[in-house]
Amino acid sequence: MKLRRRQRERLSLGIQYLIFIAVIAVVAFAADWGRLADAFFRVDIITSMFPTIITVALRNTVLYTLGAFAFGLVFGTILALMRLSRVAPYRWVATAYIELFRGLPALLVLFLVGYGIPIAFPEREIPGGVFGSIAIGLGLTAAAYMAETIRAGIQAVPKGQMEAARTLGMSHFTAMRTIVIPQAFRIVIPPLTNELILLTKDSSLAYVLGVTAQTIEITKFGRDMLNDRVNATPLLVAGLAYLVITLPLSQVVRRLELRYAKAR
Amino acid sequence: MTTTPSRPAVEIRDLHKSFGPLEVLKGIDFEVGQGEVVCVIGPSGSGKSTLLRCVDLLEQPTAGTIWVNGVEMTDPDVEIDQVRRGIGMVFQSFNLFPHLTVLNNLTIAQRRVLRRGRAEAERIARANLERVGLTDKADAFPAQLSGGQQQRAAIARSLSMEPKLMLFDEPTSALDPELVGDVLTVMRKLAEDGMTMMVVTHEMAFARDVADRVVFMDGGVVVEQGPPQEVLGAPKHERTRAFLSRVLDPTHVAQLGQPDQAPEPPQAPSLPADDRHQL
Repeated sequence: MKLRRRQRERLSLGIQYLIFIAVIAVVAFAADWGRLADAFFRVDIITSMFPTIITVALRNTVLYTLGAFAFGLVFGTILALMRLSRVAPYRWVATAYIELFRGLPALLVLFLVGYGIPIAFPEREIPGGVFGSIAIGLGLTAAAYMAETIRAGIQAVPKGQMEAARTLGMSHFTAMRTIVIPQAFRIVIPPLTNELILLTKDSSLAYVLGVTAQTIEITKFGRDMLNDRVNATPLLVAGLAYLVITLPLSQVVRRLELRYAKAR
Repeated sequence: MTTTPSRPAVEIRDLHKSFGPLEVLKGIDFEVGQGEVVCVIGPSGSGKSTLLRCVDLLEQPTAGTIWVNGVEMTDPDVEIDQVRRGIGMVFQSFNLFPHLTVLNNLTIAQRRVLRRGRAEAERIARANLERVGLTDKADAFPAQLSGGQQQRAAIARSLSMEPKLMLFDEPTSALDPELVGDVLTVMRKLAEDGMTMMVVTHEMAFARDVADRVVFMDGGVVVEQGPPQEVLGAPKHERTRAFLSRVLDPTHVAQLGQPDQAPEPPQAPSLPADDRHQL
């Protein structure tokens, strides 16, 4: 029997829905929900995690992330400008730094900052204590990634922008600061958002510096509770806590991009 | 910075410019008098845009000397940012700052370079927007304007710095034909107000009507120059004739075959009124 075109389309669509429903049904009926809920969703454990997971752990995660992002953004911009510099040694240093720190695991860098710097400079302290160490430790790696992103953003601004600014009598520096870099940042908002979300999760590495009850962040908090209660529920809650940060962040950035869309 | 009024606005002596092995300008001698409007015409690749960009030092000459309002631009120690305040530049691709409103496009250099206060800068900006007929577009972003409006805004941006000399690099070449007229009207008005202008253009009607002098360039040299009715109406050189016949009567070029056998030089009155032909 030969089907007509619309019949074929309807059949194809129907099969696709059927597969979708079948997969969900298999998962729903085959899984042992009772034991799963027991291991991952104990309401009494969830309630015992509040409010500390918000007031301390989530707050610290956000603070570490923002600290590392701010440090990485400033340092990354400097590295990007160095890579584009006319002074050859600046270019060499920036390139070497970027290649090195993109290749090293963030955990290792954090460890070196947390324990290496205090050994190298015994009478000086990293400002901000644990917060400062994490901001710098994670920021050093983030800066290497952001430098490449920002450099690409600067180079994506048409050459005519710099020329127009210069013909109006602006110095190279003023033209960079008021014309080129503001446009470059609009271009790199999406990749920088990516970096911010990655940093949010990298902040879970803070445990290597030995955090206390006051400086604990989401993952460490979840793992401590896991060991304490011998139940995986805290990990699920910790995971959701990360989404509480990253999902609104994506929304904010989407708004920001829309607002800049007409000024591009 | 001293300006000597008796000296020409632009003086160029034996200018050479090479890009790698390619020599684009092969010894240019050239002047623009104070208050003079000079149109530079010629086929693409003739070096006319490079010449214009050398005047503002957007291209560094390989050899030769350039003075602008008595200041030697080719002096390695020239205070380039200071000299450029007195020179306005209009680009083929407008180059408005897309992240700023039209008004801020006009005020940013006034504030950052001339250190004018916000109120004064905005007053001057609005006066110049009125000059180019864009009073109602002050708060728009460049992307919301048509090409012609963008180019007029770019002209107003240059004028806000109160330059003594305006350079135009094919200002209408990127525009849709029906938008060319508005920009040319603004430029004509500027010329009538006594502005010193150097215009690289393919708009032969504009050159004929507005220019005090037309310069024809080809192959990196000035082939001939003079009043528009002479250069455009009765060109002395074969190359000028060939170029004009190609520009003014593009559909018949194929039949000519060899440009050297160009027929009668086109007469000024025979120029079509609407000659936006481009190469």
